[in-house]
Amino acid sequence: MSSSMLFNVTMVTYLVSTCIFFAYLASRNKAVGLAGTLSALFGFLVHTAAIALRWKESYDQGHGHAPLSNLFESVVFFSWTILLIYLIIDFKYKYRAVGFFVLPFALFGMAWANLSLESGIEPLVPALQSNWLMYHVITCFLGYAAFAVACGISIMYLIREKIEQGGGNAAAGGLLSMFPAIRVLDDLNYKAIMVGFPLLTLGIVTGAAWANYAWGTYWSWDPKETWSLIVWFVYAAFLHARITRGWVGRRAAILSVIGFAATIFCYLGVNLFLSGLHSYGK
Amino acid sequence: MTTNKRGVAQQLWDFFCSLRLTIFLLIGLALISIIGTVIPQGPPREYLATISETKAQVYSSLGFFDMYHSWWFILLLYLLTLNLICCSIKRLPRVWKIVSEPVLVMDERFESSLSNVAELKLRGTKQELKDKIAAALKAEFAQPVITEQDGQFYLFAQKNPWCRLGVYVVHFSIIIVFIGALIGSFFGYKAYVTIPEGAAATQVQARNGKMIDLGFGLRCEKFSVSFYDTGAPKEFKSILTVLENGQPVKGYQNIPCIVNEPLTYKGVTFYQSSYGQSEEGALYHLTVTNRKGGAPLHIDARQGERISLPGGAFVSVMDAAPDVHPFMKEFDGPGAQVEFTPAGGQPQSFVILSPKYDSFNAQHGGDLVLSFDGMDQKFYTGLQVARDPGVLVVWLGCFLMVAGIVMAFFMSHKRIWARITNEGATLGGSASKNPTGFEMSFEELVDKLNKA
Repeated sequence: MSSSMLFNVTMVTYLVSTCIFFAYLASRNKAVGLAGTLSALFGFLVHTAAIALRWKESYDQGHGHAPLSNLFESVVFFSWTILLIYLIIDFKYKYRAVGFFVLPFALFGMAWANLSLESGIEPLVPALQSNWLMYHVITCFLGYAAFAVACGISIMYLIREKIEQGGGNAAAGGLLSMFPAIRVLDDLNYKAIMVGFPLLTLGIVTGAAWANYAWGTYWSWDPKETWSLIVWFVYAAFLHARITRGWVGRRAAILSVIGFAATIFCYLGVNLFLSGLHSYGK
Repeated sequence: MTTNKRGVAQQLWDFFCSLRLTIFLLIGLALISIIGTVIPQGPPREYLATISETKAQVYSSLGFFDMYHSWWFILLLYLLTLNLICCSIKRLPRVWKIVSEPVLVMDERFESSLSNVAELKLRGTKQELKDKIAAALKAEFAQPVITEQDGQFYLFAQKNPWCRLGVYVVHFSIIIVFIGALIGSFFGYKAYVTIPEGAAATQVQARNGKMIDLGFGLRCEKFSVSFYDTGAPKEFKSILTVLENGQPVKGYQNIPCIVNEPLTYKGVTFYQSSYGQSEEGALYHLTVTNRKGGAPLHIDARQGERISLPGGAFVSVMDAAPDVHPFMKEFDGPGAQVEFTPAGGQPQSFVILSPKYDSFNAQHGGDLVLSFDGMDQKFYTGLQVARDPGVLVVWLGCFLMVAGIVMAFFMSHKRIWARITNEGATLGGSASKNPTGFEMSFEELVDKLNKA
């Protein structure tokens, strides 16, 4: 058994899980919702095993490093963190409909990684040979994942608000019955960002600490650094918007979606379109 | 006039205290910051060649080539700082009052403002009830403060009151980070130095081109680079020695300095950054044997140097590597690209390897067989040099920021009041966060007190 086989199983499980969540929204059957969550949990466990196995494989090949070093590994880890945060929120609040709006992010990540990214295990180049790599990558991606979950919830918020304002026809009303109430969605969005924001802050701080340790500058306005700050600004604006009249609800949800778009650009766009230190995307 | 003046001052104050300004500034900073990630900062000559002269002039006058230090970007940062200071000044006293002067007595008006209220039916005198509830609160929640007023007993207990200050800790931490950055820019420097193997440097070149005296010397004893089988670099290593008055300093001799493991001496840190071949170049060692017999001839050559060989031929080494394995998978050891000119013939270019591959080497050279014994290569090491006395202040700010965020997001100021009545007690509670969670623990507490 190889890790790449397990990654494929993970991808298929997330696909199945997404379909089950869709069936749940259509059927409104609680047992189907539970099946969705359980399949997602199964996928997560396989996913975890696959990452652990890849880690071991890197030692077998004599390189021996945590699987966090190239684009393939980072996309796989990002999907894993999305599932982790999603499952925690599902376990705590049990709003199954959220799964349909969050699982696709992880599914998309796994599909992209498995189908088109270079998956070879490479030895670490000198710049990455540091324990800071682990602290930095883990905090950043947990933060990103929380923002992904918040984005899914915000999309639900915007859909629900739109349908409610439109008077709501019967079919849409049926779909809505599976959605958490609008105030709950607003609250969940806030809670997810409350998890993501401190992690992003830690991710930026560990990145700065590493840069200072390795190059002697904690901040050099490298595009990656700047974009992480842009993301931080957007979510800081979100946090202030929630206590400002006229910005609660809809505008906060839009800020959350924009924030995640900026996050994705920070993660991938910077590597694909701009130049800088984090060149794993090339 | 005076009222009008006060009106303007008041409006200005309100403007800088407003959360709308905060949101505007944060989103504005986010949008504006994008410019510097799209337009290369610096900018490299290659980029300037791709844009028109007018465009370059416009960008330059707008400060786009160094936008994070342009006056308008700095101005926005100052405005944000001013905004957060004003917001904090306006709101902090009120929050401080909640923390430092808690409401000890829950009267009926205050009670009606609380979302969690319960009546307890208990037997006993007021004195007994007071002691009983005080003991229960201490065991289940926190040590209560007891107030006696008009013959009535009031209890008050709280948890994590200071977490309400978390937001202000975060605001304060941002100012600390800015102060650290300012200290670094006034009293520190970023520089670069190249040192050939065996040589020492006492000066480094700052980013603005100025030479800075280190006050001590740094000698590069050796530089080495190693590669993985894939050809990707594995390690860049400089062996460094610190010199005071030309003499090695104890404890700072032959210190390896690699990427991610810098060397610090007297507040100045040296980071392995680049390398290259030093100007005098490598010395190559070749052996020439005649197929017809005779003693082998050993030759030393510099790069490109034309060496005459017995029989009228010439050879010069064009390029060489200490290990050819990354480029030629079937071979290892040293190898060289040579240009060989047979007597009276045309120059030919080919690769020679170490003597253990003599059948490979014998493919060229006419009467002569050339082999490559190795090279003495001299490198120079390129080191980033940094001195930043503000960095600890920045870390303090970062630490406060994370601590403040945790306080503000994950801790809740919980308060419980009790008023002893003739039939039992009235209990009230409130929390600064997670109302549903608090409601549950409040109900649990009421249950326990009812049973007590």
